[in-house]
Amino acid sequence: MLDEIRKRHPISCHGVGLSLGSAQGVDAAHLERLQRLFERVRPGLVSEHLSWSVIDGAYINDLLPLPYTEESFKVVADNISRAQDAFGRRILIENPSSYLEFTATTMPEWEFLTRLADRTGCGLLLDANNVFVSAANNGFDARHYLSQIPASMIGEIHLAGHSVEDEGESRVLVDTHGAHVCDPVWTLYRELVARIGAAPTLIEWDMDIPAFAELSREAGRAQSIMDELSVKERARVA
Amino acid sequence: MLLELQQTFRATVLSEDDVIARHVRATRGPISRRIGVYRNNVQASLIEVLAAAYPVAQRIVGKRFFHALAREFVVRHVPHVPQLSLYGASFADFVASHDKTQALPYLPDVARLEWARGEAYFAADAPPLDPATLSTIEPACIGDVKLRVHPATRLISSSFPIHRIWTVNQPDVTEVPAVDMTVSESVLISRPRYHVGVRLISLADAAFLRACMAGQTMAQSADAAMEMESTFDLQGALQQHFLGGSFTALELPSA
Repeated sequence: MLDEIRKRHPISCHGVGLSLGSAQGVDAAHLERLQRLFERVRPGLVSEHLSWSVIDGAYINDLLPLPYTEESFKVVADNISRAQDAFGRRILIENPSSYLEFTATTMPEWEFLTRLADRTGCGLLLDANNVFVSAANNGFDARHYLSQIPASMIGEIHLAGHSVEDEGESRVLVDTHGAHVCDPVWTLYRELVARIGAAPTLIEWDMDIPAFAELSREAGRAQSIMDELSVKERARVA
Repeated sequence: MLLELQQTFRATVLSEDDVIARHVRATRGPISRRIGVYRNNVQASLIEVLAAAYPVAQRIVGKRFFHALAREFVVRHVPHVPQLSLYGASFADFVASHDKTQALPYLPDVARLEWARGEAYFAADAPPLDPATLSTIEPACIGDVKLRVHPATRLISSSFPIHRIWTVNQPDVTEVPAVDMTVSESVLISRPRYHVGVRLISLADAAFLRACMAGQTMAQSADAAMEMESTFDLQGALQQHFLGGSFTALELPSA
């Protein structure tokens, strides 16, 4: 079926299991599985996360956070290079949503990501909702974070909905992929597209999935923002 | 340092113990809540994987009990491959040895049936065998032909009526009838194209298929079936197997 889809459409492969943040390195068997898949579907884009999930041969099914330190930087950069060598192509790295910070962290996430792109030649997949969620949970400025990423590094954008879990003073935003993209995230998206131009954009909605028409409207909203901004851009050039 | 942090994080999300707490911080609110988001993501998502793989087992024991059972399984048996379609293969064995499910001795085999369905769903595509191929073979050689089973074909035999139990526990069945628990049943699962089929077959047919799977010739496989049931109808059984796509190819005897 995938072969049939490939005949009609370009395919973007988005991974969650490569564990590029594993201190013990990436799993050779998984690299090989993915390489075989990419050979078959020849994807237009390949992306993974700035996170880890594999430790001592166990696969902890989540996008777990990393401390942003020099040690982590070396681990992730080596793992990305290994993956790019195995696939024979550039991959995009996505910022995760996070719920806590490590005390060992010495640099902001945007700096860690841009340095990775500089070092390995990888591109970045910016998830505007993840930036918004992490900013609210960890107390940084989402707009400033996004403004620090050079346009040339950004190969794709993700949008999604999250939930707000209030318990008195301790409000936590949880990335659920189960709701509409919220207005502040649309604003971040609009500002980002205004700065970097149109980019492949994905709405992630994989829990409590609504009717197709509703999903399609959400995607249409992203498209119309890109269209509107590119019309403005052309008008300015003319 | 990173390795130790990751080991500590693993221990945290697979237990109720916040051992990672001294290495992390939150801007506001208790850190245990933040850690709990990760713990819940890990455990709840794996429980969901099991619930999706074993819907009939869940219906039989009820959602609450199933979730408790699944949580126990998850923290003891984490996945070892980052491919969730492979997660939960040993759940039937876990259920078989669990002290709280001993009153339901058929449950492990029902779970095996459900797992086989999942395996069939994810098995490699292959064309089903065209029965016309069989007519091209010289009648004298036909007994020496080997039938190669389709990659999606699975056979589950039980000393319980697992097909009946599985059938009456489908979502559209509202009134579950009484089931005679003394009957043994064999279930054939196949997926020639996109749809996974679940079919009750006779014990003789199961013996036939099992022999084919073990690489026996058609004559040897028919003998195995006949030993089980002297009136085994080979022609009729083959017809059903061709219709359902149990086989993918013929292997001719090496001359």
